[in-house]
Amino acid sequence: MFKIVSLVVRHLKKKILFTNEEKRNLSLGGHVGFDSLPDQLVSKSVTQGFCFNILCVGETGIGKSTLMNTLFNTMFENEEASHYQNGVYLRPRTYDLQESNVHLKLTIVDTVGFGDQINKEDSYKPIVDYIDTQFENYLQEELKIKRSLFNYHDTRIHICLYFIAPTGHSLKSLDLVTMKKLDSKVNIIPIIAKADTISKSELHKFKIKIMSELVSNGVQIYQFPTDDEAVSEINASMNAHLPFAVVGSVEEVKVGNKTVRARQYPWGVVQVENESHCDFVKLREMLIRVNMEDLREQTHARHYELYRRCKLEEMGFKDTDPDSQPFSLQETYEAKRKEFLGDLQRKEEEMRQMFVNKVKETEAELKEKERELHDKFEQLKRMHQEEKRKVEEKRRDLEEEMNAFNRKKVAAETLSLSQPLKKEKDKKK
Amino acid sequence: FVTFTRTRSSISTFEKQYVGFATLPNQVHRKSVKKGFDFTLMVAGESGMGKSTLVNSLFLTDLYKDRKLLNAEERINQTVEIIKHTVDIEEKGVKLKLTIVDTPGFGDAVNNNQCWKPITDYIDQQFEQYFRDESGLNRKNIQDNRVHCCLYFIPPFGHGLRPVDVEFMKALHEKVNIIPLIAKADCLTPNEIKKLKDRIREEIDKFGIKVYQFPECDSDEDEEFKQLDKELKECTPFAVIGSNTVVEARGQRVRGRLYPWGIVEVENQSHCDFVKLRNMLIRSHMHDLKDVTCDVHYENYRAQCIQEMTSKLAQDNRMESPIPILPLSTPDVDTEKLIKMKDEEVLYKAWSCGQESPNF
Repeated sequence: MFKIVSLVVRHLKKKILFTNEEKRNLSLGGHVGFDSLPDQLVSKSVTQGFCFNILCVGETGIGKSTLMNTLFNTMFENEEASHYQNGVYLRPRTYDLQESNVHLKLTIVDTVGFGDQINKEDSYKPIVDYIDTQFENYLQEELKIKRSLFNYHDTRIHICLYFIAPTGHSLKSLDLVTMKKLDSKVNIIPIIAKADTISKSELHKFKIKIMSELVSNGVQIYQFPTDDEAVSEINASMNAHLPFAVVGSVEEVKVGNKTVRARQYPWGVVQVENESHCDFVKLREMLIRVNMEDLREQTHARHYELYRRCKLEEMGFKDTDPDSQPFSLQETYEAKRKEFLGDLQRKEEEMRQMFVNKVKETEAELKEKERELHDKFEQLKRMHQEEKRKVEEKRRDLEEEMNAFNRKKVAAETLSLSQPLKKEKDKKK
Repeated sequence: FVTFTRTRSSISTFEKQYVGFATLPNQVHRKSVKKGFDFTLMVAGESGMGKSTLVNSLFLTDLYKDRKLLNAEERINQTVEIIKHTVDIEEKGVKLKLTIVDTPGFGDAVNNNQCWKPITDYIDQQFEQYFRDESGLNRKNIQDNRVHCCLYFIPPFGHGLRPVDVEFMKALHEKVNIIPLIAKADCLTPNEIKKLKDRIREEIDKFGIKVYQFPECDSDEDEEFKQLDKELKECTPFAVIGSNTVVEARGQRVRGRLYPWGIVEVENQSHCDFVKLRNMLIRSHMHDLKDVTCDVHYENYRAQCIQEMTSKLAQDNRMESPIPILPLSTPDVDTEKLIKMKDEEVLYKAWSCGQESPNF
């Protein structure tokens, strides 16, 4: 007995020691080689290929397709959209791009018809629905029993580029309403489109006005991360240039002895990649060259997690039960499933009951009708008999009359015959 | 009868044949200068299209000194207002009372259903006011507040007309002269401008919108004038740029916009159609715009009004009178009684003479 107790005590001590152990920093005696871990990770990612999804939100004709062509230096096929769509609909297109040995599966989602309707109160809905659907698809995949996340084509939107019309005054009411609906679901980078119509001084005032309106209305836009020292400085300075004033062009113009992408006007040439002309280069740096990976991370770690939490809470899952014991997802899932099936059965019963009742009712009605019909038939039959009898009587009467008449006739004839004989007899006498 | 007296031969034969009514244009000119002119111009379009800047550039003044612009948040449910600015300007002795009717809030809300209604109501109100004044007893100093022209600003960012543009123009094209303009044209290259103009003209045709048509040239005008007129007509809708600032370009100080890549000059015909618009609006067709407003739009309104009134009266079973019954300035009760009495007398006389009364 004593031996058992001491064994138990020793076991418990070990356990306590184990759990109280702190992490200690050790110095290495030589080069081990795990500093190659990032490289291993990189080579794995490169083999897997990358995936990036951009959502472009802006009025028809504001330059979304042209900007995409300019950013990725290629011509994505695009027909000009019409202004007369009944509503907003989203058009995703996926492309496979390659640069050096890096593969990129790029999906560009266009908002067709945005800003064209006279009543734009529901314009934001298709956009929010699309973003939620992509989250939902990912969540479904995650919850599957047999899942293949490493293989899964991630369609969640990593960045939303919101195109602001260059009015020079402030945001439009539609812009404010839409961005407020989107800021908790996706990383938003606002950009001023067709910026070659705003002069430098106007641009400065415009940017300040836009940012102040966003701040005062609580719209959360994407902030370039400043926690990584390698890029914190450039990111911090770029944050101050938001919203980026961009100009897009796929046409090339000769300037000096170079051919650059530009727009040619009678009064001058606007060069897309000239930083004193517009912020295109800044956008490209930030979006593609520096922060693409961070955007993907933020989408997964922040926006997707928020969606997942809300969705699961809606379904009734909780992290801890009333006794503060952690719930296992499986248990909760089973409980929910049972509840759901119970509900289903109950509903089926109800419906069946209703059906049976209805059938009874209808039967009763039909029976009643049948009885009525029968009664009517009887009545008619009786009437018919009555009529027949009356007609028979009449016929007999008529026959009798006829007979009487015939007899009289015969009598009269015989009388008339015998009469002249008598007269003659009398005469002869 | 008239006898011709022989005059002295020193008087030229020209004087003998010259009657003198060729001076009428001069007389008209003199009288009109004395009377002064008035013109009411309406500007409509979403905010941020450069309407105020263009008006300032057209009339070389600053009409919008202390303007307060709304935030995006305030504009979500904004309704359309009508604001009038009236200025008296003078040039070479000719006075012009210019009224600019502004329509802030148009197209700015999230739901813009019927956002043109305040505008059509305003135009109708001015017509109604004029109708009353015209039918009144004292017509000496009628103020003409009717809208003579509406400049509609189409955004250059799209591919053509948008539904709100089509609906607005269709609601107004039979009430006012509409001149559509492509706003902020410095955002379009010459090719893009041409494409957009063709597209807009096509859509205006397709949707049956009746914009202001320049009157045809007289056949006896010279070729140069006809050519200019033709160019003007093919240039519509005008692609305009406005500016409140003066910049230095090519050694001169001009109204323009300064960019890092160049200077846009408002009055440079190869940069935009501002000069064409100004010439058309102010220098050659201002009076025609007023005439069309009076002769076409107002007359349409008036005819419609009267028709409505007489149909109402027919319903009231009153005697049809060949003279249209005036809407207002009804005579007082006694006079009415007298009129009625006299009417009945006349009718009785006619009947008693065996004549058919004219309108029974």
